[in-house]
Amino acid sequence: MDLFQIKKAPTVYDAIVVGSGAGGGMAAYMLTKAGAKVLLLEAGGYFDPADPKYMTQLKWPYESPRRGASTTRAGGDFDAAWGGWEIEGEPYSSKPGGDFFWFRSRMLGGRTNHWGRISMRFGPDDFRRKTLSGIGDDWPITYDDMKPFYDRVDKLIGVFGSVENMHNEPDGHFLPPPKPRLHELMLKKAATGIGIPVIPSRLSILTQPINKERGQCFYCRQCNRGCSAYADFSSSSVLCIPAVKTGNLTLQNNAMVREVLTDAKTGLATGVSYVDTISMQEMSVYAKTVILGASTCESARLLLNSKSARFPNGLANSSGVVGKYLNDSTGASRSGFVPALMDRKRYNEDGVGGMHVFTPWWLDNSKLDFPRGYHIEYGGGMGMPGYGFGGGIENLNGKIPGRDGKMKPAGGYGAGLKDDMRRFYGAYVSMSGRGEPIPLESNYCEIDPNTVDKYGIPTLRFHYKWSDNEIKQAKHMQDTFEQIIEAMGGMPMGNKPGKEQNYGLAAPGRIIHEVGTVRMGNDPGKSALNKFQQAHDVKNLFVVDAAPFVTQGDKNVTWTILAASMRTSEYLIDQVKKKNI
Amino acid sequence: MKRRDTLKAISVASLGMAVGPVEAAVPEPPDTKPAVKLLPGRQKFEAERDAKLLASEKFFTPAELQTVTILGDIIIPADAKSGSASQAGVPAFIDFMMRDQPRSQTPMRGGLRWLDTKCVSRYGNLFAKCTKEQQIDMVEQIAYPGKKVPSDLTQGVAFFTMMRNFVMGGFYTSKMGIDDLGYVGNTPNKWEGVPEDVLKQYGLSYDEPKK
Repeated sequence: MDLFQIKKAPTVYDAIVVGSGAGGGMAAYMLTKAGAKVLLLEAGGYFDPADPKYMTQLKWPYESPRRGASTTRAGGDFDAAWGGWEIEGEPYSSKPGGDFFWFRSRMLGGRTNHWGRISMRFGPDDFRRKTLSGIGDDWPITYDDMKPFYDRVDKLIGVFGSVENMHNEPDGHFLPPPKPRLHELMLKKAATGIGIPVIPSRLSILTQPINKERGQCFYCRQCNRGCSAYADFSSSSVLCIPAVKTGNLTLQNNAMVREVLTDAKTGLATGVSYVDTISMQEMSVYAKTVILGASTCESARLLLNSKSARFPNGLANSSGVVGKYLNDSTGASRSGFVPALMDRKRYNEDGVGGMHVFTPWWLDNSKLDFPRGYHIEYGGGMGMPGYGFGGGIENLNGKIPGRDGKMKPAGGYGAGLKDDMRRFYGAYVSMSGRGEPIPLESNYCEIDPNTVDKYGIPTLRFHYKWSDNEIKQAKHMQDTFEQIIEAMGGMPMGNKPGKEQNYGLAAPGRIIHEVGTVRMGNDPGKSALNKFQQAHDVKNLFVVDAAPFVTQGDKNVTWTILAASMRTSEYLIDQVKKKNI
Repeated sequence: MKRRDTLKAISVASLGMAVGPVEAAVPEPPDTKPAVKLLPGRQKFEAERDAKLLASEKFFTPAELQTVTILGDIIIPADAKSGSASQAGVPAFIDFMMRDQPRSQTPMRGGLRWLDTKCVSRYGNLFAKCTKEQQIDMVEQIAYPGKKVPSDLTQGVAFFTMMRNFVMGGFYTSKMGIDDLGYVGNTPNKWEGVPEDVLKQYGLSYDEPKK
């Protein structure tokens, strides 16, 4: 095979969509439903959670030889993410002291296959933080611009929740939320008692059927494995596969896109080139419009790698902003042991995947020493044991009196140890804060001048440092976690992380909520995209993942990716009708 | 797939219908290794890696395996409710983990060696050849990480803690261990909330207090 022969596809599609996650999947769905001929390129393999050959749902830990350990995938053997922070042959680097950890899923549906299904709208304030606080930047759009699309995403995809009438936590079209589990009721009582609200979580899981194509949740708590009933949202099952069924979508898996092709005269995008990761064949494919949904950092990488005489800094980058303002959620966590929950009655409390209740941001930052908020996610209960279960028991069983009321030394062995395990099972709670950082120009990804991946594509180099704003926020999280655990009569576990550990603030990239590298704005000198996520410099080029986002709120961004991609898709359809593109 | 269909498919699978009656009537050919059964959804590199690891030579020598088995059953013995670590297949699981995550090989092999040399100097025998009383006497010296121990035993404490964690992890992810804990999920159901008697026990309710 001649590797250097680049095959050119004869078809000119209406649009090429790069990436099949939330943003790319939505664009492919909207455009094919409108009748456009679309080519969807996905770097990883095909995945359908309803096909038994991919199904890990309802498997037992002993069906994995490593009992689900994370030897080959970050989320463990049963997790539906193909990929992780490290992928063989696809390296990235960081500047000294500026580490960023980059999680990638190489599969149809991308990271939507294993995510927490947490589906919150941004609130009105989240789009205008600069105006409100003087720090950071405003979005070029408002909540009112997004609201109709959030509404439609709610109805199209389904989300459960409760109407709360909180100003910055807008309500949606909610399916009924599942009732709290026992530890969640206790958390709610304790937290509410000290002024911290706890409300039903908002997850894209179908507690009622919404159409004939998708089933209803059967409460196995395993959304991260992919749902065989399509009862949760993943882009593969809810957007990409239905788009294929329109007959208008050509899905090309194992297509690692190298660069966006442009016409030297017009400066318009003409298509993309990619390498088939199985055959290593180089391909060029063409379309009237190119839409990137490759993920925040991958879309920036693609643009930066799409250099030409006309676009020497990379495509859509006359502002020089591409790659900058990279920002991930802050994250810190703590767990606690709740003696009142010892020797619990056993029953099935799997429930939905993840928490049934959460705490939205409840304080006024103008009265605090950090500028942005966070929400709290809760864990606990009688879950299915997994790899490492019972590990670290020596840190607990020396602190709890035995059945005879006497203390015993930590660790140990034998029948007493087995009895400890039965008594302690299901008596833990955990909490994780997920907060909004201030996006900084000095946190960025760029092309590493020295390194390529196994396909010969130049790789990313990161530079990311948390500022005091995020560190102080993490400190506040830790204090809050301790207060809640103590309010419910629990014992905080482990040591409280202090200043020298940044209060347990997770390293950038570990929360997998990164946004911001191809930001939108009204000023082409300071942003890459306009308010419709359309490149200022190239009118037939769009970005529909989280790269365009100016900020990320203290909300998980998937619902906003979906709504924004839907909005961009409709704008594109309208522009084509008006013959502007 | 609709929920109803999923429930149906699951109940069929749980009856063990994967092997049809015709195939079941044909006797297994003798002296062949059973086909390696991999988890669904493996990436190519994972499938190849798992198949290779599952077919690869065992990590433990027969003597080491004997020691691991004895230690495992000291940590998790059989009792009125469930069996022991070895009855739950824990030694084989630990052996696999040594091959799967080779970073544990040195602490494990070295720790077993440490234990044997310590037993030879204390009791004149390898751990597995010691009497039950001597074995327990030795374990008592290293089973409590919170206790102060002589400086020649600290490595033993670290080793036993590692061994306890492997044994616990192996036992409680086996069918026997899961049944022992009383986990009753991982099956299609309808979550209707905490049972009434449990709510009552904890003095909780789903009724919102009047605002």
